[in-house]
Formats: sequence, structure tokens, C-alpha cells
Amino acid sequence: MIAEKHLNWLISAVLLAVPVAAWLAGEVYTVTLATRVAVLALAGVGLNLALGSGGLVSLGHAAFFGAGGYAMGILASHAQSYQPLMEWPFLIEGTKSMPVIWLVAIASGAISALAIGVLSLRTSGVYFIMITLAFGQMFYYFAISWPAYGGEDGLSIYVRNGFPGLDTLQPIQFFALCYALLIVALVLCARINASPFGLALNAVRQSAQRVETVGLSPLRLRLTAFVLSGAITALAGALFADLNRFVSPTMFSWQTSGEIMVFVILGGVGRLYGPVIGAAVFIMLEHWLGGVSEYWQLFLGVLLLGVVLFARGGLIGVFARRRVGHG
Amino acid sequence: MSMILLIEQVLNGLQFGVMLFVMAAGLTLVFGVMGLINLAHGSLYMIGAFAAATVAGMTGSFLLALAASLAAAAAAGAIVEVVVIRRLYARDHLDQVLATFALILIFSEGTRWLFGSFPLFLDVPDWLRGPVSLPGGILYPAYRLAIIGVGLAVALGLWALIARTRLGIRIRAGESDREMIAALGVDISKLYTLVFALGAALAGLAGALVGAIQSVQVGMGEPVMILAFVVIVIGGIGSIKGALVASLLVGVTDTLGGVLLPVAFAQIMQPSNAMLVGSALASMLIYILMAVVLVVRPSGLYGARA
Amino acid sequence: MTIRTLITAGTLAALSATTALADVKVGMITTLSGGGAGLGIDVRDGFMLAVEQSGRDDIEVIIEDDQRKPDVAVQLADRMIQSEQVDILTGIVWSNLAMAVVPSAVAQGKFYLSPNAGPSALAGRGCDPNYFNIAWQNDNLHEAAGAYANDAGYTNSFILAPNYPAGQDALMGYKRMYDGELGGEIYTQLGQTDYAAEIAQIRASDADSVFFFLPGGMGISFLKQYADSGVDLPVVGPAFSFDQGILQAVGAAALGVHNTSQWSKDLDNPTNIAFVESFQAEFGRLPSLYASQGFDTANLMISAMEVADVDDQDAFRAALEAADFDSTRGDFAFGPNHHPVQDIHVRKVVQEGDVFTNVIVATALTDHADAYAAECQF
Repeated sequence: MIAEKHLNWLISAVLLAVPVAAWLAGEVYTVTLATRVAVLALAGVGLNLALGSGGLVSLGHAAFFGAGGYAMGILASHAQSYQPLMEWPFLIEGTKSMPVIWLVAIASGAISALAIGVLSLRTSGVYFIMITLAFGQMFYYFAISWPAYGGEDGLSIYVRNGFPGLDTLQPIQFFALCYALLIVALVLCARINASPFGLALNAVRQSAQRVETVGLSPLRLRLTAFVLSGAITALAGALFADLNRFVSPTMFSWQTSGEIMVFVILGGVGRLYGPVIGAAVFIMLEHWLGGVSEYWQLFLGVLLLGVVLFARGGLIGVFARRRVGHG
Repeated sequence: MSMILLIEQVLNGLQFGVMLFVMAAGLTLVFGVMGLINLAHGSLYMIGAFAAATVAGMTGSFLLALAASLAAAAAAGAIVEVVVIRRLYARDHLDQVLATFALILIFSEGTRWLFGSFPLFLDVPDWLRGPVSLPGGILYPAYRLAIIGVGLAVALGLWALIARTRLGIRIRAGESDREMIAALGVDISKLYTLVFALGAALAGLAGALVGAIQSVQVGMGEPVMILAFVVIVIGGIGSIKGALVASLLVGVTDTLGGVLLPVAFAQIMQPSNAMLVGSALASMLIYILMAVVLVVRPSGLYGARA
Repeated sequence: MTIRTLITAGTLAALSATTALADVKVGMITTLSGGGAGLGIDVRDGFMLAVEQSGRDDIEVIIEDDQRKPDVAVQLADRMIQSEQVDILTGIVWSNLAMAVVPSAVAQGKFYLSPNAGPSALAGRGCDPNYFNIAWQNDNLHEAAGAYANDAGYTNSFILAPNYPAGQDALMGYKRMYDGELGGEIYTQLGQTDYAAEIAQIRASDADSVFFFLPGGMGISFLKQYADSGVDLPVVGPAFSFDQGILQAVGAAALGVHNTSQWSKDLDNPTNIAFVESFQAEFGRLPSLYASQGFDTANLMISAMEVADVDDQDAFRAALEAADFDSTRGDFAFGPNHHPVQDIHVRKVVQEGDVFTNVIVATALTDHADAYAAECQF
């Protein structure tokens, strides 16, 4: 057993070292896999903020993941076809610039999370799980039947979007971007957890009444966490779309919500690096089990069941000591 | 749109709603008594349909197939309850969601492993084939009428079971205070297994009934499962009465929305656009309905706790 | 799932004939798990049967399962291109997955041979010299259904399809050829399983025929419910809902229905007769449309390998364009946009013993090309 802090450093180092080594050895595909891990981990980090810190079991985070993806898809497809997004009342052009796309993705994630949060946070428990699921489904069916942006076929972006000073078509450079964003998000979450806001949020999760009696609004705290969470997941969605150069309504499906949740739980709920290790293990399993059997999801199911039933605290909980003063 | 067509569509909505009720009843019962949220309920529906298709293929008897669907789903439910589910009662909803999500993967891929990737055949029995004439000159498939009948019988049976029998008393007692009935000497773990198997059997029955007019294939349970969740959330989780009202509401809303929305939009826009916008909105309609209900009543129509 | 199949059964003579040419590495991305697995399995089996029958030992096929998810397909394509360095990609069943994979694969200089999906974007403005479609452009079978409706004397069709791009293309394709009136036009929900409301609308309309495009489980549900509803208007549809893989699940409800297809197991040409026989012997089931397309795709590739080296892209492309192979459909040629120019037949569902299958009753369109070829500029 080692301290969780040291384990976190180790995970960060491995996630950086493996793709760099693979790149030097000419194993380009490993770099792509590592990029996938970083991006999905980022989505999980977003969910973890709502789930782990806020205690909000959202089964609708695919809505934000997809919103980010479509923010990228719509902007880039307009840039690709040289048709402005809108001309009236003011001109909005498409763009292939990643920083702009990221900002738009974050904004669209935050706005959807605000709208969904305001309505959903009136409920709690199972009702909250189900109403977030329902909102996710609403986005999903809308994306499928709205023909302007490809409907079920989705949108193909032929060339990856650009970042000033980098060649994003180089897998290792795109990985570096995703990795950097993941680390930024992790640092941000660590700061949030340690801030007065984070402490209050933690208190709300444990007992909303007590927080209310000291004059804080649980609803406002939860809503803030939910919006931040949605924004981070939407950023991951934009990166995921750029990784695949493709967006489709699948990003909105409830299975996507389920998978993001699996990353978080597999790694350990409320653990800062839980989603990172969860996403990494998930991708590796998909890669290796998929090579062993056509029915690999059967084994994934058994493993997942084992983790939920017998390894509470997730994989991080297995390897690291519990933090002092929490729990 | 003629009156006859409208009545026929309301019947279709009712039939859909009744089927949803048979699915949702088990789900809401399990939640009410054990406080468990079971995402794998759709898998039990699939198991019922596969069992029915297999037995119908071997014996040619639809009634035997229905019996097999009840038995197979109840057995699967009981096994799952004993092996997995009972470890989850004390856990939070998050663990329950995840463990039952894992069960979906296991059931789906396991079924595919056993039965292959091609859909199975299950047909309406000869004695329920074809349409019958209803008063007013409406032609309506006999089988769908039978489904409505079976669904209403299930509703009545459940009511009698819960209101009139000793088991029902225990179930109600379990809903209000599980420690107390355990202290009073009721074998609580047996009661839980029984309730879970009952819910599973109902899901299996729904799967078999619907399988005869739809496609029996892996993954058939998930869309229905999501709808069943919408139903129990609208009705108020744990409330059988709420599930009945909500399933009829959802069934009729979904059916009539799909029919009427495109027509309504055609009044204000071009027909081809109206078709697209109307269909898009119709597919989101029940989720909008659910959101509206929850915003107005955060614990559903008949929900007890907030 | 990963299956590495290194064909090593070649004879010495075959070996010496091909030593001058490099090995060809094929990446097959197809659906082998989940809902649509039956289609991908048929494509794979048809393709591998042709590879095996060629007796060549210089073809390596890497087969991967896309789970019918676009992002997984993209990931697999990345792996095959970056890590395995394949020469040719093939196998994708669904249009949305093809749209996710094909543009970037051909942009990276790989050949893509489509054994099933033919989205209009890749046939028209988005066409590419390295993209070849061996099945059909998506609209083709629907166009043939429209032409057949005219021949059958239908003047008032009720048409329905799911509300997604392929569904919208289907109704457009039907209307492109069909001359009559429309008794009704409905978009259903994708994945919908209950069609009671739609059937009631058909009953209430004054239509004289029904055209539908509802692939997979949706079609099974529709046909069963339609047969049970007492509505007895004639039904026309593309082959997808009447294929060998799902006909057994539909059962008697499909009997007598007319459907359009470029292939049928009773097409009378030596290649097809041998194909049907050997497929049945190898796999113990009747081949489907998808199996025939997989088989033709492999044979097209092998025919190009006979005359050109895959590394000499221009020569190999020219060899593919020539389409000098024996197709299970008889005549086969490519149009200027590398999509088929072919006959499309009308089949009728019949029962042969215990098995439901199709027989050809007419030809709807002869030497039919797609409507987008003019937009394609290489």
C-alpha cells in the first residue's frame, strides 16, 4: 500500500511515459490508445466532480459529452464547407481552431448543464438518476432525427482541427494536448476540492440540512458543481470528436453515460485519479479481451460486477491507503 | 383524421401502455420493497422472449411458451437475486446502477453466445390470428386485444395479491419498515427473493407477449427498460397504482404524439418539414412529459417520499 | 475480436506465379457483436470463402469487430493503418460507420472496397478514386422498388421509413422512380418496434400498395404486425427486410412479398450456382445478400491482384476499375464514380420445405447506375 498522492504521481508519469516510449519505438497506435485514455479520463474527471464530490448520480452525462462533440462537429463542418453558421443578426463563421472550439464546447456544456441542472436538481435519489437519463435520451433522439447535421450518420471532419504552433495531425502532439488538458482539469479539481466551495459541497453530500442551517444554499452549491462537471465533460467530448475526426448521436446514448460512470467507479468514486485509472483499465481491457474473445463484453461485465461487489473504493482503493479525515 | 382512426390509435396507445405496465410493475415493486434500482430488468424481458421462442419452436404450443417465459424469467430472477442482488440492498444507488449495468452486459452477451446473432422466430398463435370487428366498425387485431386483456388481468391480480393475501401484507409491511417485519419473524431474505422473482416473471411474460409481434433478438430489452423507468418515475417509484396510471399515460402520449404531431405541424409549415420536425418532437415527447411531471411533482404522481 | 488469417494453402504453381508481387494485407472492419452482427458475419464469411477458394497464400486478412459503433470503427481503422499498415480496408456494413472511416482512410492513401454501405455523399461530391463500392449506392434498391411499383400498376403508395438519413434517402429513392400518387408518407422512430399506429393509418388511407424500408429487427416487427392486422395491400420493399438471415424470424408473414435486390440465390449463372453450393457446404446455411457482396468484394480484389501490384496504386486502381471478375450477379461493371452499374431484380418470398427464401420474378431496372455519378469529379 502506498499513499494516494504518490500513486497519483505514478499514474501521471506512466500515462505520459508509455505513449512517448511507444512513439519513439514507432508504435503509433499505442499513442492513439493513450490519447483515448486521456480524453475519456477527462470526461470521467468531469463526472467525478458531480458524482464523487457532489454525490449527484447523473446517468445523463452523455448529453454534455455529445454537446461538446457537436460543438466541434458543427463549427468544423461549417469551416470545411465555407458556409457561415449564421449571417443574421451578426455573422458567425465556422472555425478549425481548437482553442475556439474548446471554449464553445465548454460554454455549450455549461449551458446545457445549467438548464438540465435547474430542472433536475429539484429531485433527488433515484428520481435524479432517471431524470438525467431522460434528458440524455432527449438529446439523443433530437440528434438522430435532426437532419441538418447528419442525423444518425453523424458528421465527418476530414482533417483534424489545428492548434497554434502544433501539428495536431501528429498523434504524439495531439496526445500532448489532451494530456495537458487532463492535468489542468485534475489540478483544477484538486483545488476545487480543497477550496471553501469544495468543502461546502462535500458537506452538502453528507447532510444537506446541516449546510442549510449555516446559511448556504445546497441547491446553488450542487448546481455550480453540476455546471462545472458538465463543462469539463463537454471539453472531453470536443477532444473525443477530434480524436475520431467524427461525431455521431452515439455520443449522446445512455450507454455512453454508463461507460463514463464505469470509468469513475472502476477507478474509485471521489478519488481524484479514479477516472484516469478507470479509463486506462477499461481501454486496456477492451483492447486485450477484444483480442481474446468475440464475447469480451461478457467478461467485462463479470469484472465490473466483481469490482462493485468486492472492491469498494475501486482500483485506487485497492492500491492506496484511504485519505485521512475522509469517509 | 377520422373518429374511427383516432379510436383505433387510442386502443394502440392503451395496448402499448398495458404492456409497459406489466414491465414496470415488477420494477416498481422491487424498488418499493427492497429499495433496489435494477437496470437489468430489460434482460429478464429478453430472457422471457427467448425462452418462449425456444419452447414454441420445440412444441408448437403458444401457451406452453408463455409458461416457459414465466418460469425461465422467474428462475433467472431468483438466481440473480441470490447470487448478486441481495448483496446490493445495503448499498447506495450508484453501486446498484453499476452492478445491474454489468448484469446487462453479462445477460446480453451470454444470450448471444447461447443463441447466436440472428433473431429468433415467435409467432402469434393461430387462435388469435387476424383482426376482429369491434362496435363502430373498427377492425382491431385479436392478439392486441388479448394483450390488453392479459395486462389488465395482471393489474387486477397484483392488486388482489397485495391487498388480499398474506404475502401482500408482508410486501406492504416490507415497504414501510423492513427492520420491523424481520424482527417479527418474517424470513425477509426469502420474501425478497420471492418479490424479485415475481417482478422477473412479469417482465418475462411481457417479453414473450411482445416477442410474438416483434423481433426476438439480443438487446430487445433495453429500449423497453428505459421506457419502464420513465413510467415508474412518472408514477412515483414504488407505487403500483402510479405505475398503472403512468404507463397508460406514456402509452397513449407516445402513440398519439407520433400520429398527431406531424399533422399539427403541417398546419404551420411545409408538409415534408412538418413530417421531420413532428417525428423528431414525437420521439422526445415522453421524455419531455417526464421532465414536466418531475418539475411539477419531484417525486412523481403518486410518489410517497420526496 | 481479432482473427489473423494467413492463407497458406497455395500450391507451388500459384506461388511462383505471384512471387513478383507483394503480399496484400487487408483490414476488415465489420459488425460481429451486438444487434446487427448477423450482417457482418455474412460479409466476413462470404469474403473469406472467396479468399480460400482462390488458393492464394499472399493475402493476409485482419478481421476486427466494430460493435456497430462509429468511434470503435474509427479506432480500428487507425490501428490498421498506423500499426498494421494494411493496403486495403473493407467490411463496413452501416453507412454511418462508413462515413466515419472511409474519407480519412482514402485520404491516407488506402484503398477502400465497400461490401455493403453506399452513402450518397461518397457517390457524389465526396467520391474518391480509391473508394470502390461493390454492393450498390444506398438509393438503388429503393429506386428499383419504385420502378417495380410502376410495372405492377400501383398508383397510390403508402410509404414509410425510419427518421434518419438512410430512411430519408430510401423514400427519396422510391419517389425518384415511382410515378404514382402517395397515399401517405410517414417517418417512424429509429429502433421502433411497435407499428400499430402506422398500420392503422395505412388502413385508414386509400392507398393501393405499401412501400417500406425498415432494416433489421424493425422490419421483422412491422411485417409480423402487418400480417396480423388484416390489411392486405401488396407490400414492396428493398431486400434488406427479406434477407436470408431474418426471413426465418419473420416466418409466414413475409410470404408473397415482393422485394428488390441485385442478387438472389437462384440467379442462374455458373459463379452463383457454385457460390451458393460451396457456401452452404462450408457454413451449413443459405448465403444472404451480404454474403454474396462479401464474396464479390474478395473476388474483385483478387482479380486486381492477378494483374497489378497493390503498391503500384495507379495500376492496381485501373485493375479494380476493369472489374474483370466473375460476379455472383452475372454482369458487373463500375460507373465513373466507382459504383456498380447493374441489373436490379424483383424477388418474391416463398417457402421451400421448412425454409423461407426468395425467388426472382422480374427485373426492375437494367444496367442501372446511381443518381449521383454526375456530381463526382476525381
